[in-house]
Amino acid sequence: MTSSAMRGNGSAPTLPDAPPSVPRVPSPEGEITRFLGWFSLGLGVPQTVAPGRVNRLIGVRDDSNSRIWQRIVGARELAAAAGIFSRPRPAGWLWARVAGDINDLALLRAAWRNKEQRPGRLAAATASVAGITAVDAFTAARMSRLPKDVTKDRSFRVKASTTVRRSPDELYAFWRDFANLPRFMAHLEAVETGPDGRSRWRATGPAGMKVEWDAEVISDRPGELIAWRTLPGSAVAHSGTVGFVPAPGDRGTEVHVDIEYAPPAGKAGSIVGKLFGEEPELQVRDDLRRFKQVIETGEVVRSEGTREGTLTRRLVAQKSAQPLERSSS
Amino acid sequence: MRANVWSGRNTVQVENVPDPKILNSRDAIVKITSTAICGSDLHMYDGYMPTMRKGDILGHEFMGEVVETGRDLDNLSVGDRVVVPFPIACGNCNACRNEMYSVCENSNPNAGLAEKVMGHSPCGIFGYTHMLGGYAGGQAEYARVPFADVGPIKIDNDLPDEKVLFLSDIFPTGYMGAELCDIKPGDVIAVWGAGPVGQFAVASAKLLGAERVIAIDRFGYRLAMARDEAGADDIIDYEQADVVATLNEMTGGRGPDACIDAVGMEGHHSHVALHAYDRVKHAARLETDRPHALREAIMTCRTGGTISIIGAYGGMVDKFPIGAAMNKSLTFKMGQCHVQRYLRPLLQRIENGEIDPSFVITHKLGLEDTPRGYEMFKNKEDNCEKVVLKP
Repeated sequence: MTSSAMRGNGSAPTLPDAPPSVPRVPSPEGEITRFLGWFSLGLGVPQTVAPGRVNRLIGVRDDSNSRIWQRIVGARELAAAAGIFSRPRPAGWLWARVAGDINDLALLRAAWRNKEQRPGRLAAATASVAGITAVDAFTAARMSRLPKDVTKDRSFRVKASTTVRRSPDELYAFWRDFANLPRFMAHLEAVETGPDGRSRWRATGPAGMKVEWDAEVISDRPGELIAWRTLPGSAVAHSGTVGFVPAPGDRGTEVHVDIEYAPPAGKAGSIVGKLFGEEPELQVRDDLRRFKQVIETGEVVRSEGTREGTLTRRLVAQKSAQPLERSSS
Repeated sequence: MRANVWSGRNTVQVENVPDPKILNSRDAIVKITSTAICGSDLHMYDGYMPTMRKGDILGHEFMGEVVETGRDLDNLSVGDRVVVPFPIACGNCNACRNEMYSVCENSNPNAGLAEKVMGHSPCGIFGYTHMLGGYAGGQAEYARVPFADVGPIKIDNDLPDEKVLFLSDIFPTGYMGAELCDIKPGDVIAVWGAGPVGQFAVASAKLLGAERVIAIDRFGYRLAMARDEAGADDIIDYEQADVVATLNEMTGGRGPDACIDAVGMEGHHSHVALHAYDRVKHAARLETDRPHALREAIMTCRTGGTISIIGAYGGMVDKFPIGAAMNKSLTFKMGQCHVQRYLRPLLQRIENGEIDPSFVITHKLGLEDTPRGYEMFKNKEDNCEKVVLKP
């Protein structure tokens, strides 16, 4: 975002274009996955449209029974293609492809028992399916091991903003006292700032996993901006800025958060994934929503269905909208 | 406590559930003395509103007595008699400061869900899907009321519940529908739907000085109520008459100056084939809403007129005559009612005897009979117009 260009107003403070940037690495798994998606599409279309031709091509006896099977398998391929192309991290669909491959091998085995097959073509088809099974299994396994949300370029940047009815100075002061952050950041347990200005952050992941990291403030402009980055060796390596810009009219202050997570390596990467779940952007947006609630209404707003208040994982797993037993809350 | 919970399409049942408790410091707990079934409850009953969960307590029109207050609630005391508006609004955000309470920016904890569907989230609403907050509703013995220093209006007089209960939703909703028409002397207002909200739209258009108000429905008893109780000057049964032609005839060919859609997403059409077309698409979820009334309103509204939408819509419509709307220079105004804005002025009108909202009530049931109330209201059995429940 080029906030200065957007605003065209010399008086408003501008935000830096990005946190200190992290080089992006294309992932080989992503390339293979796309290939497999096209492969599914390439198989699925002729199988559903012209099952008889496919039967003859792979040397299977062409009758109504085998055509029905071709159509079923073709529909499965189309579903896999749709799944692979529509999901950022389609490990599940890749495993579905593996299951489909095994099914195909079983079908081909049945075809071998049939007298009217053409052995040469059938052997070639069997070898092809076996080969693609290996590729599917390999890619699915790699994809399953990758941390979430980093599949495509191995780092991610999250931007979110909200507008709050307070002055930039008030919002800056609240945020700059890092001990306030756990009041609206769902995963944070505590932030302690030492005498050297460095801070220790303690967070809890969805499975109760404890994570800690150390951070330092690298830019601090009262009423305007705070920028921070984690210290080397931190489990959750990232850098970020939060900027406070007067909103037009009497609308208060725009709060812009911009966080970049470093390329995750091994275990640390998976911690980032686990901490932020499927949609890191949604989580930061939720944190900002809670920030607005805390500032404007005094606390996090709760409903019977979302006892913890705005929380990404609660968005997908709602409780019933009825009071909980006293003992269980 | 006992509460009416949603337990799947076309199924509600009264069950034992835990008593509500304070979750936020500005909450109040209200012991409910009267509550009602709203037309929009039927959208959930019929299964057309996504993000319902089994066990959700329904109901957003209720009143009662404050029995517990949160530590930061300073304007209400235990024992106060209050009517609770259906939109939950914080009073602190920019929307609330502009009296746009139904788009409060803080009261929906599930705003992320609503944003996926609508771009931005409206307010949270009692008993009205998880996308709009996941709040327990008021068809129950008790309810928790968030932001009780902003929403509930204290009733200090001895007017019976029946006269003030509908301040919670349908009276202000109908009133806002009429107010959005910006009524000027001589204006003719047409109101689609003679359900409870339509009745109050008719009555409010008269209160606001409309020259002539025309009510449109297909149920004789509802049209009779609109004419005899709400004050409609004319009625049209759309199964007996061509609405567009009749309205043109009634207005010297001009068309109504403003049209109020008090029907919303589950409209009907007199033409069997056209109704079936939308009914099938609706059932298949190819369009989420059936906009018959809206289409008709656009076609018949006078050039330069106003369309006021207060019937509840949930998602998408098709065959929307945007060309007619644009070329006729129509103005569209709409919204869930900003009830908090209307509580005091409308209570005053009730106190002054300008209107007695209890005219819409046709049935009073105990809370245990709520499921029967839903069936009667949905199927228009026994000339059902409005069901009030007494926990």
